[in-house]
Order: sequence, then structure tokens, then C-alpha cells
Amino acid sequence: MADGLFFLTAAAADSVRAYGEFPIIGARAAVWIAAEVHLMFAAFVLGVPMFAVVAEAIGIFGKEARYDRLAKEFTRLLLVAYSATAIWGAILVFFLATLYPRFWAYLTAVFAASMWVYAGLFFFESFTLYLYYYGWDRWKYGRAKLVHWTLGILLNVWGTIVMLIANSWLTYMMTPPRDITSTTDPSSIKLWHAIANATWMPINVHRLIANVVFGGAIVAAYASYRFLAAQNDEERAHYDWMGYVGNFIAISALIVLPFAGYWLGREVYQYDQSMGITMMGGFMSWLWVIQAFLIAVLFLAGNYYLWIGMGRIPGAERFRPYIKYLLTVLVLGAIVWGTPHTMIADSKELAAMGGSHHPLLGALGVMSAKNTAVNLMILTTFLSFLMYRRGNKELVVPWAETGTRIQTAMFVIAAGIVLFYGIRGYFVEAIVRIGFSVYQVLAVLSCILFVTVIDVLMARGAKSVGEIQWGKMPPRSQYALFILAVTFTWLMGLMGFARSGIRQYWHVWQVMEDTSKYAATPALGYASQMISLCVLIFLGLVAFVFWLGGLAEKSTFVSSGEGGGRHVGH
Amino acid sequence: MTRSPNLRRYLDHPFWQALGLLVLAYLVIVYGVPLLPGSSLVPSSVVLQYMVTVLVGVLIYVSDNDERWALFKQPLVAMLVEQRLRLVRILVLAVVTLLVGWVTFGQVRTTVAAPPNLRSIHPAPPAEVTFRGKTMTLTGLENPLRQQPESLAAFTAYGKEIYYQNCLPCHGDHLDGLGHFAAGFNPLPANFQDNGTIAQLTESFVFWRVAKGGPGLPREGTPWNSAMPRWEDFLTERQIWAVILFLYDQTGWKPRTWEKAEGGAK
Repeated sequence: MADGLFFLTAAAADSVRAYGEFPIIGARAAVWIAAEVHLMFAAFVLGVPMFAVVAEAIGIFGKEARYDRLAKEFTRLLLVAYSATAIWGAILVFFLATLYPRFWAYLTAVFAASMWVYAGLFFFESFTLYLYYYGWDRWKYGRAKLVHWTLGILLNVWGTIVMLIANSWLTYMMTPPRDITSTTDPSSIKLWHAIANATWMPINVHRLIANVVFGGAIVAAYASYRFLAAQNDEERAHYDWMGYVGNFIAISALIVLPFAGYWLGREVYQYDQSMGITMMGGFMSWLWVIQAFLIAVLFLAGNYYLWIGMGRIPGAERFRPYIKYLLTVLVLGAIVWGTPHTMIADSKELAAMGGSHHPLLGALGVMSAKNTAVNLMILTTFLSFLMYRRGNKELVVPWAETGTRIQTAMFVIAAGIVLFYGIRGYFVEAIVRIGFSVYQVLAVLSCILFVTVIDVLMARGAKSVGEIQWGKMPPRSQYALFILAVTFTWLMGLMGFARSGIRQYWHVWQVMEDTSKYAATPALGYASQMISLCVLIFLGLVAFVFWLGGLAEKSTFVSSGEGGGRHVGH
Repeated sequence: MTRSPNLRRYLDHPFWQALGLLVLAYLVIVYGVPLLPGSSLVPSSVVLQYMVTVLVGVLIYVSDNDERWALFKQPLVAMLVEQRLRLVRILVLAVVTLLVGWVTFGQVRTTVAAPPNLRSIHPAPPAEVTFRGKTMTLTGLENPLRQQPESLAAFTAYGKEIYYQNCLPCHGDHLDGLGHFAAGFNPLPANFQDNGTIAQLTESFVFWRVAKGGPGLPREGTPWNSAMPRWEDFLTERQIWAVILFLYDQTGWKPRTWEKAEGGAK
């Protein structure tokens, strides 16, 4: 009894100042919102400079002025979003320091030096961005332009290092090195040892790619908003083109994103099996059903945008009859991918099925079926893009027919390999089946690579059937871009919760326990509502920021009178 | 057989094509799938999910080019504005209103049925367990009886004996979860013949589930609805490993093996 009282008193003393309280929504929800919205803005301001600098390079080296203007417009969006990122970052730090002071003290004890570097880099990043944007028109020609472009590269370097540092903090919380235990003095932990933990590099790669996807999608949404609000045809043509470029960037990067995610998941399993099972097969597994559904939305919306876009390409109508077949593959793929292994069923349905596992459709709920579905969907999307690209071209190389046949054969072989290993996966043991996904992915990536090379060679000297009529897009196509941006944002919040939630009641996995009243992992319904709230806050602020940007400055659109209103290329 | 021009007009029209596709998809999912060999009814949550996916596909089909989209909208616009279709308009609006009312009623009415079950079937195992006071690390743990290949047949026969003495009433003679007590359980006992159960798992996972039973399931993901007892109270460690040998031997599945751990692995 006395012992119990002693421990209770000790625990109470220990918990004093361990946690603060936030009015109405509580401490966890406050930190959740601050962290999520900060992350969304951060992803945007890290993703956009990557393709701004590439667009500027195309402008410089390809001598295409419209790309330079596009890069500047990207950067203008960046400028206004950047301060929002900093504000939300500051809110997050204040919330952590006041609501989770003991945890914050622990984290600062381990990572103090990296936090100073972070602050310094943030300073450099800010001023590089200001120089990059405000110097755009001043350093426009010759060597000065190259110096300006170098500033863009530097901006990316600072931003990427900032991200790598922040990633080390959160991955340490998930997968601290195994020799660190609850009794390890945090100040004795070597900084690099803590940074280079098991999931640091997979998260770095995953986030780097995801930021490009996210940045592209938000830029495309911005362009679609400007398209819908455009006052004349030239402005409409410009924003139609900008939306196309943003969407192209987002979808291209999206295709490789699942492979980076797969690596991350594998590392989580390697580090701790129970963490991996909680994520993929345990109570978090329902998030993956939602994720499958949302990614299907991305594929469908991305393809839909391309198909409608073919309406503005003279000559593309010859590909129209094939669209229904592509759509059929995508819908069937979405159905397979979204089929849960364990189904939500009432007691009558459970009794009829003999459990929550459907005797027939349950076969679609395992990874063999899902990997097959998603790989075929990627191939279909690539085929859509090829048709779009070839829309207004008449090939003139003598081997065009043979080349097309080889391309067709490559698609058939890749799809065949994907299907073969998908079906074979049902008849081999689990450890062999896991390896099959690598063959499927390699088949798809090889097909994409070789077909693209052939396509580029075949398009040499191609005759144009007619110029792309930028701006001749129905408004519903622009809503597809909005759907893409909202879905990407939602997905980011959802999967971020899955990654973070598998820590369960640990601030730092099996090192520092969460003893607050919010220690329990939130129910999925509550989590979905929180994520939706974060998405609404972010998109609301982005809309406001873009509107402000439009108020402060006219767009960089230049009318045809100044020699650049029409865009004809891809 | 030739189609009448009227029927052809309907079949070629995107609006009626869309409607036909939706009806066809519904019939296939709700009535067609259960008729397939080895199948059963499709739960309403999955029907809804499939139908939403098909609906999105159909809407994409009718709107991916301007001509088809304009054609698709024609009957809808006509129904809403044309005087000659006044009766149809009233009927459609009445049906839509009643449908919304019916769905709302379905959502709010009280029922005695148990709520839909959101149950995950792969609980995350702990890193280590205590078996009758002995600490066992599950990660990387192999079935120790496999270390003696010369006695494997004897161990399997022993496992069979244990199975028939203890597991048969629930998991059945065919190891398919249909023992003579099975009808009393919801969900049914695990079906080891199914490729979604022991075929997916390491033997250490199966050991943990057998040893700790329903009461030993983790708190996350509850309710588990498992009636399996903690077999560590009745069987020895060796007996449990033997019965696991029997399960894999009898079903023909191979246990999942451990990946070769690299640096940083636990």
C-alpha cells in the first residue's frame, strides 16, 4: 500500500509540467493541426522550387521564354506560401514547448545542434528565395541569368537540407536506434547516431518525391482557378497550359512514389515487425482501403483530364475509340484495389460469409491482386499520356509502323508479366510472393522507359496535324485538377497519420512513453475528421494566399502582343 | 435478330447506356457474384463501394468529350424543362424525394441488429511474450522441432494427437474452421485451409496466437470476438509447436519465413 502510494506520488511529481492543456480541442488536436498544416505548406514550398528551377533551365537552355515566365509564376506562389509555412512552424514549436514540455526537452537534448543548423538554413533559404524572386527581372540576360538560376539551385539545396534535418527528428521518434532505451541519457546520444536511424533515408526519398507531386497538384489547382476566372482567351490559354504542366509534373512523380513508399514500409517491418503489422494488417489497415480508393480517384481524375484535353488537340480524335477500354481497365483496377481483405459486414452478412473474409472476393484483398491492379493502372495511365502526346503528330520516320508495333509488344509483355506474377503469387509462399512485386514493378518501369525512348525517336521531324488549341477546355476539366489537389492533400494527411499513429502510446518508440491523457491512439473516425479539418484549413489558407498574391501583383501572363500568349508545345 | 430502330436509338444514347451499365453492374455484384462457385453474398458496404466506383467510371465515360456529354444531358434537361414531360418530371421528383426520405429513415431508425463489424484479422504480435514465466522473443523465432528433421514425422503425429484432443471441436476434422461447435461462434473459428490464415504467417505468430488465445489479443483493434482459450494454461510449449507442425503438414501450406535481417533490424 505504502509502495503503491509512493509510486503514485512519484508518478504525479514526474508528470508535473510534463504536459500542458489547450482549451476546447485539447493538446493533441492542437499539435496535430499545427504539425499537419505546417507540413502541407512545407511540402508545397519544397516541391515548387524543384520544378521552378527546371522550368527556368528549359527557358534558358531551350530558349523558350514562356517557361521562364512559368518558373517566375511558380516562384510568386512560393513567396506568399513561404511565410505561411514559417508561421505554422512557429505555432508548432510553441505548442510543443508549452503542451508537451517534457517530450520537447528530450528532443532538444538529443537534437539541439541540428536545430541551430536548421534555424540558420531557414535564414539562408528565406533570403535566397527573396533574391531569386525579386532579382528575376534584374538578372534576366547573359551571365547574370545563370547566376540567377544558380540561386534557384541553392534554394533547393537549402530547402532539401532543412527537410532532411526535420525528417531526422520525426523518424527518430518512430525508429530510434536499438541501443537507445528509456534509461539512456538523451544528452549522451551522438547526434549522427540519432539522425541516421532506420527510416530516415526512406522518408527523405519518399517525401522528396511526394513534395514534387504535391507542389505540381497545387500549382495545377491554382492554374485551374485562374483559368476559370480568366477574362480573355489568351489568359485562358496560358492557364490551361500551366495547369497541364502542373498536372504532368504531379502525375509523372506520382508513378514512382509507390516504390519509395514500399521501401519505407519494408524498413518499418525490418525495424519492428509488430509496428509493421499494426500499420498494414492491424487496425491501421483500414486506412489503406481508403488510400486505395483515393489513389484510384487520382488515376481516374488524371486520365480524365488527359482525355478531355485530347479535345483541344487536332488529330487526337483518332484515339478516342480506345478510351473506353482504358477506362474499363482503370475501373476494374480501382475495384480490385479497393476490395478490403476483411469486410465491414453486419452479423447476418458475417454469418453468410462464414466470417469477415469473403470466400471469393477475399482473394482480391491480398497484395498479389492489389499489386497487379495498380501496375496495370500505371501502364494504362502511361498509355493515355502516349496517345495524348501523339495526338497532333503525324510520324514521318520510315520505321514508324514497326516502332509502334514494338511499343505495342512492350505493353503486352509488361502487362503479361504483371498478370503472370499476380496470379502466380496465389500459389507460392509469402516470402516468395513479396519478391514478385519487384518483377512486376521492373516490367512496368522498363516498359515506360523503353517505350518513351522509342516514342521520342519516332517523333523526330513529325508533321503537325494542327497546333494544340490551348484554352479550349471545358470547365469540368478544371474541376478534375481541383479534385487531384484535394485528394493529394487528403492522402498526405491520412498516410502521415498512419505513419505517426503506429507509434501508439510512445512519443519515442519504446524509449519515451506518452503518459498524457491523449496517449491512446485515436479512433479512425476521429482521425479522419481531424485530417479533413487540416485539409480544409490548408486549402482555405492556400486559397486566401493565392487571392492575396493576385491582389498584390498582376500575373506574369504576357499577351500575344508581347510575343508569347499562345502556347503550342507539350 | 435485328434490333428495332427505337431500341437501337436507346442503346446508342449515352444516357441510356449509362443507366444500363449501372443496372447491369448492380445485378452482377448483388446477384451474379453470389452465384459463382464457392462464393457468397456481397456485404452491402462492398456493394456500395463497387457501385460508387462504377458510377464514377460511367460519369467519366459520358463526359470525356463534349459531344457525348451534350447528348447525355439532353434527356435530363428535357425532363426538367419540357412541358410535354410534365408528368415524368413530377414522377421523378417524387421518386427522388421519397428515395432520400427512405435512405434517411434507414439511417435513423432503431434496429436490434448488431452494428457492422470493423474487425482486423491480423493483430500485431508483441516483440516478446512470457510463456509460463519464460520470456520468448517472437521476432526471428523458429519452430524448435524443425531442428530435428529425423523426428519430424513423430512430432507431426504427436501434433495430430494434440489437435484431435483439443482443437477438433472448433477447427474441424478438415481444419477448415467447421468443427461441430463452429455454428455457435460468430465469427467462425479460423479456417487453416484458407490461404489468408496460417499460409500468411510465421510459426512464431501462430505460436503466440495459440498460446495466448482470445484473452491475449492486443488492446488495439478490439473487439476481437475470439473465443479461443489461452492454451498455455493447458498445453506445454512442445505440444503447441507440435500442433503447429501438424497444421502446416496437413494443409500443405508452408510457414512464412523470416527475411535475412540487415543492420538496424531488431
